[in-house]
Amino acid sequence: MDKPLTQNIRPDREPLDIDQYERAGGYRALRKALHMSPLQIQQMVSASNLRGRGGAGFPTGRKWGAVPMGERARRPKFLIMNADEMEPGTFKDRLLLEGDPNQIVESIILSAYAVEADIAYIFLRWGYKLAARRVTKAIAQAYEKGYLGKNILGSPYSLELYLHTSAGRYMCGEEDGLLDALQGKRAIPRTKPPHSVTCGLWGKPTVVNNVETLANVPHIVNNGPEWFKSLSRTEDGGTKLYGASGKVTRTGIWELPMGTTLGEIFHEYAGGMINGHKFRGLLPGGASTQFMLEQHFDVKMDFTFPQQVGSRLGTGTIIVLDDKTCPVGMLLNLERFFARESCGWCTPCREGLPWIMRILEAMEKGEGRPEEVDILQEHTWLLQLGHTFCALAPGAVMPLESALKYFRDDFDQHIRRQRCPWR
Amino acid sequence: MLADEEKREINEELEKYDRKRAAASEALKIVQKYRGWISNESLDDIARYLDMTTEELDSVATCYNLIFRKPVGRHRIFICDSVSCWIMGYEQVLSHIQRRLGVELGQTTPDRRFTLLPIACLGACDKAPAMMVDDDLYVELSPTKVDEILDAYR
Repeated sequence: MDKPLTQNIRPDREPLDIDQYERAGGYRALRKALHMSPLQIQQMVSASNLRGRGGAGFPTGRKWGAVPMGERARRPKFLIMNADEMEPGTFKDRLLLEGDPNQIVESIILSAYAVEADIAYIFLRWGYKLAARRVTKAIAQAYEKGYLGKNILGSPYSLELYLHTSAGRYMCGEEDGLLDALQGKRAIPRTKPPHSVTCGLWGKPTVVNNVETLANVPHIVNNGPEWFKSLSRTEDGGTKLYGASGKVTRTGIWELPMGTTLGEIFHEYAGGMINGHKFRGLLPGGASTQFMLEQHFDVKMDFTFPQQVGSRLGTGTIIVLDDKTCPVGMLLNLERFFARESCGWCTPCREGLPWIMRILEAMEKGEGRPEEVDILQEHTWLLQLGHTFCALAPGAVMPLESALKYFRDDFDQHIRRQRCPWR
Repeated sequence: MLADEEKREINEELEKYDRKRAAASEALKIVQKYRGWISNESLDDIARYLDMTTEELDSVATCYNLIFRKPVGRHRIFICDSVSCWIMGYEQVLSHIQRRLGVELGQTTPDRRFTLLPIACLGACDKAPAMMVDDDLYVELSPTKVDEILDAYR
């Protein structure tokens, strides 16, 4: 089984330095790409069916195709790697950043070339200190070798790459919030259109892609779109970094074919529940996804199939709920996070999330009232996509809406018995 | 007045961006590194240097949770309170730290040794519960392990 993204990564070992990375085939894709036109690379990426791994699954080739190209494009153009991994329960990009930093740098240079970007930034989470050290070293070595800077490998193409570390806030993972943060402002979403590909950082064309998304690009250039599609079990190309946390036998990240079933991830890789715990449900891809149950174990986890059962792939890292953990308590934890991280820009999010949080707090304390389940239900409509500026609040009500559907009896018990049955 | 060292580090950041104010959050972090927190005076110093108004810079400083507008202790404990750590029993670790230090979240010990702060998901969910002390990550926490860790920070 091909594992292009993690082939060089060995647990608890230093990552390859740039010479070792080159010997393992690194920077071959860049050399090849510089003999191709940027549009040819865009076409390869489009043909490979690579979709955004940050959670939304937008086709990468289509995003790049919307960038103004050639002489008439406003300059400078920017490419940003979104490495602000803050989705609760998600730790896949950390593996790539720490485990193979040279792959990260090569993927940025290649992708920047494909959209003719002049400047690239890595927007990195504050807490990823080890990743920061390793990526900084990889950038410096890439400059020394002529992979970055003026006239890369003697070609007409030039690129500067900078590392920016965040000062915190979940909002920075949202594309527009990230742009504001980079411009030295409060992180707040923007009205769309215009989209950032035409009007992003300082009003200039800007492409923002997730770490895992871009890490695929060198492999697509090296091996071609057909190979990339053959890695997957569904229409969406490539492999996927899946992971698991919670009370399972093995937690961790595994690179598997895109479209691996939920049951395989849970049983074969996570090894099922630890002794004494029973499975109740899971969030398939971070905090802002809908619960899935045992009846969904044969769903192929890509960007299409989970939606048919009312959920979504998200970041692909599952968070498991066991029978000794209170679903209402779990919801309270999730909604407290979203309420705290709301930037307060639009009313449904600023007012709605704390309201949800207070109701759940009351239920956990044994002070819930029967009508409050309906109020929670109403919020799943009030905060949905289209009612807010960004995806934070709609994402926040995804676990809530599905919990009300699957764990309704647990909510009712809290109210009927006027206490949390798990406490 | 910004110290020479502070200016030198901020200048390095300025080279990365088109506009001066883009270095705002980095400049705040740099000054905070030397002074411990961002006082009103520090805010004035940085704002003047970046051609921003103090109010503009304060809107940035108060947005990001890793910029401190109040004094903090010599060491900052950031305990992850997100969902995987919650499932894996972070509350026991938190109440142990609170008992040991005699402070609530957001407070600093009277000897100014520690400030205890909540933090969103640290991306260490496979080894939950997790926390950071200053720049160091600690995972698979238990009350005993926390005692050993905190003893090392004087």
